[in-house]
Amino acid sequence: MPETRRKAAVIGGNRIPFARANGAYARASNLDMLTATLDGLAARFGLAGERLGEVVGGAVLKHSRDRDLTREAVLGSSLSPYTPAYDVQQACGTGLETAVLVANKIALGQLDSGVAAGVDTASDAPVALNDDLRRVLMALNGAKTLGARIAALRGLRPGQVVPEIPRNAEPRTGMSMGEHAAQTALEWHVGREEQDELTVASHRNLAAAYDRGFFDDLVTPYLGLTRDQNLRPDSTVEKLAKLKPVFGKGEQATMTAGNSTPLTDGASAVLLGSDQWAAEHRLPVLAHVVDAETAAVDFVHNGDGLLTAPLYAVPRLLERNGLTLQDFDFYEIHEAFASTVLATLEAWEDPAFAKERLGLDAPPGAIDRAKLNVAGSSLATGHPFAATGGRIVATLAKLLHEKGTGRGLISICAAGGQGVVAILEAAR
Amino acid sequence: MSNDTLRDLSQNRLVQRLGVPRIPVLRRYAPGQPLLDGPALVGAVGKGGLADGVRALLADAGVPVAGDEGKVAAAVLDATGARTLDDLAAAREFLTPAVRRLAPSGRLLVLGPVADPDDVEASAVAQGFEGLVRSAGKEVRAGATANLLVVAPDAGADALAPTLRFFLSARSAFVSGQVVRVAAPVGPVEPGDPARPLAGRIAVVTGAARGIGEAIADTLARDGATIVAVDVPAAGDALARVANRTGGTALQLDITAADAPSRLLAHLRERHDRVDVLVHNAGITRDKLLANMDADRWDAVLAVNLRSQLAINEALLADAGVLGDSARIVCISSMSGIAGNRGQTNYAASKAGVIGMVRALAPRLAGLGATINAVAPGFIETAMTAKMPLGTREAGRRVNSLRQGGLPVDVAEAVGWLGQAASAGVTGQVVRVDGQNMLGA
Repeated sequence: MPETRRKAAVIGGNRIPFARANGAYARASNLDMLTATLDGLAARFGLAGERLGEVVGGAVLKHSRDRDLTREAVLGSSLSPYTPAYDVQQACGTGLETAVLVANKIALGQLDSGVAAGVDTASDAPVALNDDLRRVLMALNGAKTLGARIAALRGLRPGQVVPEIPRNAEPRTGMSMGEHAAQTALEWHVGREEQDELTVASHRNLAAAYDRGFFDDLVTPYLGLTRDQNLRPDSTVEKLAKLKPVFGKGEQATMTAGNSTPLTDGASAVLLGSDQWAAEHRLPVLAHVVDAETAAVDFVHNGDGLLTAPLYAVPRLLERNGLTLQDFDFYEIHEAFASTVLATLEAWEDPAFAKERLGLDAPPGAIDRAKLNVAGSSLATGHPFAATGGRIVATLAKLLHEKGTGRGLISICAAGGQGVVAILEAAR
Repeated sequence: MSNDTLRDLSQNRLVQRLGVPRIPVLRRYAPGQPLLDGPALVGAVGKGGLADGVRALLADAGVPVAGDEGKVAAAVLDATGARTLDDLAAAREFLTPAVRRLAPSGRLLVLGPVADPDDVEASAVAQGFEGLVRSAGKEVRAGATANLLVVAPDAGADALAPTLRFFLSARSAFVSGQVVRVAAPVGPVEPGDPARPLAGRIAVVTGAARGIGEAIADTLARDGATIVAVDVPAAGDALARVANRTGGTALQLDITAADAPSRLLAHLRERHDRVDVLVHNAGITRDKLLANMDADRWDAVLAVNLRSQLAINEALLADAGVLGDSARIVCISSMSGIAGNRGQTNYAASKAGVIGMVRALAPRLAGLGATINAVAPGFIETAMTAKMPLGTREAGRRVNSLRQGGLPVDVAEAVGWLGQAASAGVTGQVVRVDGQNMLGA
């Protein structure tokens, strides 16, 4: 067993521009997008034919045909077919979790290199057979005699032609993620205007990053798209103020299609490795993965907000690393909804929440908002669930590399009341 | 099946009986192919002294010496010692029977003398060979070519070898009627492996996502180079395919950006330490008659086709540490830059400008052991020419000695030749890859 504990290096990343659902990638599958993304990564770092330690990927919405999706993508890509792969699924945390898994194996010396990836499509979503019909067909498949087959077929009903369509709703509450987020927004008194302001900042930051060539080595065009389809560089608070709320009820409804992320298609990948592997391949080290933490909350029975797990994950991560919330140069807080980010920041400043829920004497406190999502985030890029983590890891690593020093915090909320958070630091 | 339907049809005997001339199918290079498909005839006039070296090179490549009769795949005349009109007449004596014996896709190659300013007759004779060879290029048939290498006395056999091999082999399929000067090498020359002449070399190709740039990347990689494929970010998906196919890397970079030279150099320093072959290929057209030409069209074309090359070259000269020990810069010019072309004042200005730049930089680069040359394609079959109106396309294809358009790989092969470390005796030159086009000749 290797006697090692080393920090995994983030070498670089690649993603395809994110497309609005039923937009540019309407006819692309998860496998198509993930394969193209791995090919773009291979081209950027000269990995064609190279055997990597492992490729770890995943998708939130998956067809039954997408068994071992990531391995299939590797086989379809220019990476060596001798590169193993496996799939992970942790809702919107999938992309960051894959990076944590690869980084951990590198830290332990089990891997020298690996790719963390994620992909999702809302356009090519899995529409399944009606569950009643499926049971009839399974029974028919299992029937051994003609009589048993006829008996099974008697179970057919006209209503079974209606398919199972995946819903953006929590199985245990029946509420959509937006409705859940609206409850949290109400609880933390998050206003409409501040949500719209955060949204405008996201679009402006993303547009500025594109304009200065920041994404030249992070994005590879795909199917005619060269920038994220959801990006609106000319977005203003005035324009956003005209949108009608879509989540929440009555006067208190503040969440609109503008300050919520749209359904999105896309894929991302991050190349990680040991410092030695990077040096041997003459590849840059942009940043190191310091540590990561996951958390979950009881949104079913205990009244926790569905997307509030990072509120708990981050203080635990900070404590373990002897850091305060203010010890960061960049904060990458996933913008599932503008209100989610604002509620999170609000909660971290609240002494009562710190004492009662986090068990802390003092709240983590406020952050310098000028350091938040400086190259744009999900409100502008869109949010192909499992691809968001990879987008953020690569973006933050490059930001840290440009600055040359410091550290960044990643916080991603996920369905099922989960959250994945991580710390990166600039490579020296 | 090629894009050239007429050429394909003309291979048919029935079509030939209708009086349609046969348009030759050119012999093109494939790895493992012999240098020549048959024996070679070697002769000499005057006291040149290169004939033995040529024979040795041919023997090395397994090419048999031609007897007194039968077809020859190549006829090489060492005329570097020719000084008088009698010598020129002796050259005719060798070439007349030789040209009769030339096989399809045969090679007529004359090694000519350098003009001697102190000897009027010798200077006239030296220039005379240009007229002789260019005319022969228009006479030879069935895909054969005729070219003149003006070889300086101090060129040396090793520095001459890659140029000899290029012009004898199928790599020069679409190069005819050209005059190339081989001078004393700009640095020490080590004979390379003729099968993989670019092994171990780092090659940057701009505009590598498609067309001629893509062929250059493929061809240099085939010959052993490690490819850094550069193109605008918007062409990144096609660029990634080229990079992965060639086992190289993709660098998405707008070469007209102010920081492009520094980003390119930083990338090369970080990933490769150096660049051995830099191919300035990226180019755009924005055609308009001069009377209607606006600043946007003018500036866009000049920025990509010339300004970016000037900026990158200057950056390399300012930071010569990135230039490899035997760096070769190859700039893609154009026939339009030599002959001019209606509707292309901007494009032709940029492409003629490239030639001026090459000539001006050659002496500066020679001090660093580096060379710079221009390759000027004529009518090349690309996605762009496939979209031309039929009449224009047909006319464009046929007005050269080989009566057909060239292929992107023909341009790429010329780049590969000039990119070799051993091609140290060729610098500051313009080589046309145009089948000896009538325009601008």
